[in-house]
Amino acid sequence: MTDSVLYSVLLLVSLGVIAAVVLYLVSKKFYVYENPLIGEVDELLPGANCAGCGSPGCRSFAEKLVNTEDISNLFCPVGGNDVMKLVAAKLGKEVAEKDPTVAVLRCQGSCDVRPKTTEFQGPRTCAISAMIYSGETDCQYGCLGDGDCVKVCKFDAMYMDETTGLPVIITDKCTSCGACVEECPRDIIEMRPRNKKDLKVFVGCLNEDKGGIAKKSCAVACIGCSKCLDICPKEAVTIVNNLAYIDPAYCTLCRKCVDVCPTHSIIETNFPPKKVKKVEEKVVVEKKEKVAVVKEPIVEPVNDKTDA
Amino acid sequence: MLKTFPKGGIHPPENKLTSSKIIKRLAVPKMMNVPIAQHIGIPAEIVVAVKDKVKIGQVIAKSGGFVSSNIHSPVAGTVTKLDKIIDSSGYKKQCIVIRTDVKDESNFEEKEYPLLQEITLSSKEILQRINDFGIVGLGGATFPSHVKLNVKEGTKLDCLIINGVECEPYLTADHRLMLEKSEEIIVGIEILMKALNINKAIIGIENNKKDAIDLFKKATKNNSKIQVAALQVKYPQGGEKQLVRALLNREVPKNGLPLDVGVIVHNVGTIFAIYEAVQFNKPLIERVVTVTGKKMENASNFWVKIGTPISDLIAEVGGLPEGTRKIVNGGPMMGKAIKNTDVPVTKGTSGILVIAEDEASRGEPKNCIRCGECVYVCPMGLEPHLLMNLSEKGLFERASNEDIMTCIECGSCSYVCPSDRPLLDYIRFGKSIVKKLQTSKN
Repeated sequence: MTDSVLYSVLLLVSLGVIAAVVLYLVSKKFYVYENPLIGEVDELLPGANCAGCGSPGCRSFAEKLVNTEDISNLFCPVGGNDVMKLVAAKLGKEVAEKDPTVAVLRCQGSCDVRPKTTEFQGPRTCAISAMIYSGETDCQYGCLGDGDCVKVCKFDAMYMDETTGLPVIITDKCTSCGACVEECPRDIIEMRPRNKKDLKVFVGCLNEDKGGIAKKSCAVACIGCSKCLDICPKEAVTIVNNLAYIDPAYCTLCRKCVDVCPTHSIIETNFPPKKVKKVEEKVVVEKKEKVAVVKEPIVEPVNDKTDA
Repeated sequence: MLKTFPKGGIHPPENKLTSSKIIKRLAVPKMMNVPIAQHIGIPAEIVVAVKDKVKIGQVIAKSGGFVSSNIHSPVAGTVTKLDKIIDSSGYKKQCIVIRTDVKDESNFEEKEYPLLQEITLSSKEILQRINDFGIVGLGGATFPSHVKLNVKEGTKLDCLIINGVECEPYLTADHRLMLEKSEEIIVGIEILMKALNINKAIIGIENNKKDAIDLFKKATKNNSKIQVAALQVKYPQGGEKQLVRALLNREVPKNGLPLDVGVIVHNVGTIFAIYEAVQFNKPLIERVVTVTGKKMENASNFWVKIGTPISDLIAEVGGLPEGTRKIVNGGPMMGKAIKNTDVPVTKGTSGILVIAEDEASRGEPKNCIRCGECVYVCPMGLEPHLLMNLSEKGLFERASNEDIMTCIECGSCSYVCPSDRPLLDYIRFGKSIVKKLQTSKN
């Protein structure tokens, strides 16, 4: 009885020892050197594997960072400048600093302003809708509303608004990985710089049709009237193919264009609310006197509460 | 036993409502929207400017490359604008808008050419005319004919196949053309045989067009070079590869052309256009269009100038009937639903089909029950259910290995699917992505 226990214990122990020796020898023989820095850099990265940097995942981006001499054109949009600084300190290389960005939806064509003229019964994905035809509305540039961008977002930063039929971007959760920008077949989503208060002014339309046609298909379409172009003090506005675009590099967020836009297709976000009522009264009363008077309330500082 | 292709195929209700309606000539509309991309390949380049006066048949857009085609003015009139107009794809495409000159008599005279059987031109001249006069395949794919006929020296070529199958339900444009222009078509076939220097031609006609078969059999009785073959009625027999297999029992290689097995296939409509171009210098500015639908009382076939808005055609047959749900450019199987009736008739428009509510709606997609019907009916021997799944999941490389690109988009799989799965939609999507991947690789 005791013999059989002893033998089996001895057998297992010797098997274990032999296996350990074999494994040790094999691991020595086939040892592959990997730069320990790769693992350390990988630790610093966010670990979301979102592919926003262009590499398939964080690990391969870490390899790229370690193995590339000049990493000034590599950037992790999710980690942003903070992470890149840490990486730079670890590797002793120079990194470029980039302004943080956030995804914005350049279409306001909700169900009430952009009526459906046809009905599509095929599979509900934007990719197929865009390939087969131009969408259920008359606008062939705007959001198709099937939510491919929402499906592709790995950070739960987007959802479909049932009432408007448009996706909504939760800016706090957006890491600007760019997955939605790539997925959208209409290129509606754009990455725009995000300042501290997340103030943004941009044209919420991509319709390149002539004014009348654009307006017919969507009430809030950009009609290419060039009013924003004329009023912009910084020449940030360009109009190509009947469509205005505000270049964030030049825009100073003065919001003059927002007020002159006749179709309200220029969107401003996160600005404190204006004293709307007062402005309207002024406009009505002094409309015929001077154009300058109409302009005045626009540049007026908005946080002046004592005045009211 | 009649000939047919062995693999797959379906037999949807034929609904050839207009097969006894003589082709009428549609009145010339006031405004013509002529798209510059009416063919597969590079769009033509516009050579007219706004306010230019154009004559009938004048070149208004020149071929933009080898796989491209000239476009001619369908009317005499004035170019009013160069604008983007919605076409059957649903997207706005570049068009030349021409206002018809109502005073110009050439717009309204109904020119009936006499039958001209003598072929005086040489092979080279014939091909040049086909190129110059903008002839493209009128079966629906609109592939420029001169490219198809540009056979490299040394290629073994022994047979010309004339496609008079018209396997799409509802459409009768080719059928009527065969009945009314049979002699001209035979001259057209002889022209092509001369151009290609071959001695054998087969006209393939499905057995539901017995009158056309009899007519051609009678007309070719004394002509040993041209045969007429009756085919079993089966969709998609009008596909090149299916037709070659049915008539000659030759299998076209999977990424090849009928030319690889020594055959060239042309549609009867194309043959008639070639006849007119070669014998009378007439460019391709009009075609036969079937306007049909179960509720259309005056459904008929029309000679329509390229660029005519579809609304004119619908008005001619008495407007849209009540309860119209869908207007399809083409036949019910391969046609495309259009967004509005401003869409112009192009070289590829073989029919306008108006579908009512009860027939238009697609069922809610349900789970695949693995019945294998789609595999059974696929004329290309593919597995549509697998290709759909691969496209849906984004596995395009595998889809490419499963020969997704050989799909001819006949829609038989979607037609038979008992679970109403959108097979063809996903396969088309997969094809578009695979094509992109392939071009980016090269």
